[in-house]
Amino acid sequence: MSNGAPLQRSDVVELDPRYLFRWEERQQAYVLLYPEGLVKLNATAGAILAEVANTAEIGVLIDNLTEKHEQQDIAGDILEFLEQSHERGWIRIKR
Amino acid sequence: MSEAGFASSAETTVTVDGHGLPLWLLLELTYRCPLKCPWCNNPLDFDVYREELSTAEWIDVLRQGRALGAVQLGFSGGEPMQRRDLEELVGEATRLGYYTNLITSGMGLSQTRLGALRDAGLKQIQLSLQAMDADLNNRLVGAEAHAHKLAAARAIKAYGFPMVLNVPVSRHNIGEASTLLDFAEELGIEYVEFANLQYYNWALVNRSDLLPTREQIAAAERVVAERRARLGRRMTIYFVISDYYDDRPKACMKGWGNIHLTIAPDGAALPCQEARVITGLEFPNVRDHALEWIWRDSPVFRKFRGEDWMQEPCRTCPERGHDYGGCRCQAFLLTGDAAATDPVCGRSPHHHLVGEAVAMAMADRRSNGLIMRQRGFNVA
Ligand SMILES: C[S@@+](CC[C@H](N)C(=O)[O-])C[C@H]1O[C@@H](n2cnc3c(N)ncnc32)[C@H](O)[C@@H]1O
Ligand code: SF4
Ligand code: SF4
Repeated sequence: MSNGAPLQRSDVVELDPRYLFRWEERQQAYVLLYPEGLVKLNATAGAILAEVANTAEIGVLIDNLTEKHEQQDIAGDILEFLEQSHERGWIRIKR
Repeated sequence: MSEAGFASSAETTVTVDGHGLPLWLLLELTYRCPLKCPWCNNPLDFDVYREELSTAEWIDVLRQGRALGAVQLGFSGGEPMQRRDLEELVGEATRLGYYTNLITSGMGLSQTRLGALRDAGLKQIQLSLQAMDADLNNRLVGAEAHAHKLAAARAIKAYGFPMVLNVPVSRHNIGEASTLLDFAEELGIEYVEFANLQYYNWALVNRSDLLPTREQIAAAERVVAERRARLGRRMTIYFVISDYYDDRPKACMKGWGNIHLTIAPDGAALPCQEARVITGLEFPNVRDHALEWIWRDSPVFRKFRGEDWMQEPCRTCPERGHDYGGCRCQAFLLTGDAAATDPVCGRSPHHHLVGEAVAMAMADRRSNGLIMRQRGFNVA
């Protein structure tokens, strides 16, 4: 879990520029590339980071994903994943 | 979606089933280099490989590699800055969608070329540096390199590249860990890698003069632990311990022919950079064969892929799935049999060879006996 302050719906996040995030056709998955490494993301994680790449504010991002997946109860999971991503340095708080 | 609690399942490791994709492509553009590091992992007879691939041939390799699924790309050598077409190759790699890494000593990395590399889309730079003590650094690499390396480090950060500071660690510079970390901190370098040497090629020739003591390693580890605690997320510090002091081998290349593909300057395709040390293997060349055949079907890439080639004790060992029996090159160099268990493993019948090498190195602590990387070195 995150050591820092928990992320808020009003936080604006972005992918850390050290990482390259993109769809990889051969693997049919989103991947994160960084110096000396690579992470293949599962569908859920990929969908969330794809949203981070487009949208900035966490609240908006959660609403978008909830709407897309027609599910009500995923906000907590999304926030948890974003906090882990933050912890790992994949995303950073812009403001 | 929610019931799975996807936070925990969000990260999956790369699947490695023995017939995976060559995710990592390493291009050794040239063996030429202005430095003379006595631990260099280039072949002892590096100067006989003169027929480097042309720009067009490298671009063809890039295209074929990408089509096979390669995503991480390293430009190394030798010194890759020796190639005037580096910027062009980086540009093509960027267009193809690779994550591009430059692995350099900093020699020849001018501001102009840095700018051109950035424009070509280069993602990150790994710079090797041996010491903050200029005389020591210069003595170790056999040239007046220190000032260039420091200037290169500053310029890399000024241009905004993420950066790995690579420190090849021997008994001569292991005491520099603290001052090197000060420098990295001052510049805001993101990754520092203390790479205890791997003993192949020049490093093997000089092994007795390079191996640090256990005490030296423990002291450096304490320095690293203290920095990690203080710097937290600001800097990632890797400390790769020498496998000579371990009793389990490294999971070398995550398995032979599994995710890693190296192309040598002359176009030879290697399952790892060091594979040329294994004599008797006919390495397929990209000048003669399609990369797809090389990766999937060539006898060399199939030779130690998976587990069928294993002998005892690996064959029935429960750990074979995560260390793949260790390093084939090390097995060959130390036992003469590339299919043997890596002698670093405590279960290997040859494990005593490693202990003996360490004991010899500790007894034979000559100070100025380093044999620098040089042309025409007589291997026998
Ligand atoms: C062969 S060099 C080529 C790039 C460039 N000439 C340089 O030295 O940075 C690639 C990397 O391997 C490291 N290296 C060289 N010999 C090594 C060895 N025997 N064990 C571990 N790392 C080694 C270097 O420090 C460098 O980071
Ligand atoms: S390790 Fe040293 S000698 Fe070998 S290629 Fe790199 S800089 Fe040159
Ligand atoms: S016996 Fe082989 S598989 Fe088992 S730990 Fe040693 S090297 Fe690894």
